Amino acid sequence: MTTMAEITSLSEAIAGLVRDGDVLAMEGFTHLIPFAAGHEVIRQRRKNLTLVRMTPDVIYDQLIGAGCARKLIFSWGGNPGVGSLHRLRDAVEHDWPLPLEIQEHGHGDLANAYVAGASKLPFAVLRAYAGSDLPKHNDKIKFIDCPFTGETLAAVPSIQPDVTVIHAQKADRKGNVLLWGILGVQKEAVLAAKKAIVTVEEIVDDLRAWPNACILPSWTISAVCCVPGGAFPSYAHGYYQRDNRFYQAWDAIARNRETFQSWIKMHIIETNDFAEFRKVLSDSVPRVRP
Amino acid sequence: MTATDYNYTTSEIMTIAAARLLKNGAVCFVGIGLPSTAANLARLTHAPDIVLIYESGPIGAKPAVLPLSIGDGNLAETADTVVSTPEIFRYWLQGGRVDVGFLGAAQVDCFANINTTVIGDYRKPGTRLPGAGGAPEIASCAGEVVLVLKQSARAFVRKLDFVTSVGHLNGGEARARLRLPGKGPVAVVTDLCVMEPNAVTKELTVTQLHPGIVREQVRKATEWEIRFAAELQETPLPNLLELETLRDLERRTKLAHGTLAAG
Repeated sequence: MTTMAEITSLSEAIAGLVRDGDVLAMEGFTHLIPFAAGHEVIRQRRKNLTLVRMTPDVIYDQLIGAGCARKLIFSWGGNPGVGSLHRLRDAVEHDWPLPLEIQEHGHGDLANAYVAGASKLPFAVLRAYAGSDLPKHNDKIKFIDCPFTGETLAAVPSIQPDVTVIHAQKADRKGNVLLWGILGVQKEAVLAAKKAIVTVEEIVDDLRAWPNACILPSWTISAVCCVPGGAFPSYAHGYYQRDNRFYQAWDAIARNRETFQSWIKMHIIETNDFAEFRKVLSDSVPRVRP
Repeated sequence: MTATDYNYTTSEIMTIAAARLLKNGAVCFVGIGLPSTAANLARLTHAPDIVLIYESGPIGAKPAVLPLSIGDGNLAETADTVVSTPEIFRYWLQGGRVDVGFLGAAQVDCFANINTTVIGDYRKPGTRLPGAGGAPEIASCAGEVVLVLKQSARAFVRKLDFVTSVGHLNGGEARARLRLPGKGPVAVVTDLCVMEPNAVTKELTVTQLHPGIVREQVRKATEWEIRFAAELQETPLPNLLELETLRDLERRTKLAHGTLAAG
């Protein structure tokens, strides 16, 4: 039996589907990062989340600094093209604002773990980590012998999030979702999860998708929310470019606890939704940008 | 005008020396930053048929400007195809279709093991670095690996605080015993020199000095006692095509990322 996705507001979707303590994956590999949804999680003050993401860039720097997370499962944590994630580093190095447990992998490993999750397998297998120190610090990375050849291979548990959130270009009115360009692990992350929320640039009558297009049928998704610009400051292929200046400006905002907290308060806590955030941000540009 | 009339920076000769190591037609798995600059310089000069793969999914990317992030739209738009990230790692890298992994690093040791995870203790880090990304799998599975990074005694260390991605372990036959599909690092290119692992010991040995660089500079910028090959070569000077192509690429990149950034 299938249940179609509900087309709803983002605030309703997060309120109804994301609970304190959940394992939450927000994916998007540089492209289509669900920033609007990340903000809404902060706005609704979710706590004790286990955050999963291959590249916890600025979106998770915001969530971690805002105190939403107790654990991070990841494979690369930086501000792409800029440098460090200061809030992630402050949490790992100084337990601020809360201690953050980290479970660290490589990209190929996490990508495989999502595939195993979507396949409802207990673990993924891959050829990696021989000679690496990562398995010494992550007891979820194990080694097994191939039952056919005897080769030693790495095994990692599958990822099956309570909720996965992604951003995509389009949905139709039934909630079928189309995305294109750099796809990352979004499809696997949605199919691996118990519940999925997709924010989209627009809702259209007809997706006009070509055969083999990356479509997530409505019945694989819990909620579809129309949030134009919802991947800002990352990009949505065919809609808008990455705002590189925001990523640069983030370095200065996040470097200091006080500037970070006042930024979060002014731009997220005290705004009602993403549209209002965009307005406040554009009004505050001269102050936050060098 | 000859190439010797040109002034070039140490950063430029590093990128150019790295680019020269890539053969036309090679399938190259590219890390962001210096490796991506060098790989695209190779593509725009002597290696037009090189296939550039980025871990975000583009295969055969031909970006007009250098990507700031590993998943820039320009990579997707110019690629022969864009596949999912699981597919990149499963079918293409682990599947044995990558000739060269082209990587950067925060630190390397004398056996070209790579640290991109942490300086200091893992649980109580002095400096927390971004982490592995795709490097552990690239270092294992790419046919061979070329590293490019600036040389300093903080980066070229006696002992790594953390081995993120495997080079030649503790040297000799150590890597061979792991029976990894790839043969590991074959060269490390810096702003001072090119190093290659000794055929037997696998210890990194300077085989080329960039023009005007003396041994003492390399020694000072290496924490271990660096060895020099008996037949030490000098890196050929950048030629006009290399320098102009690199500068043009960087100029276009600066212009594009400046103007593309919306509001």
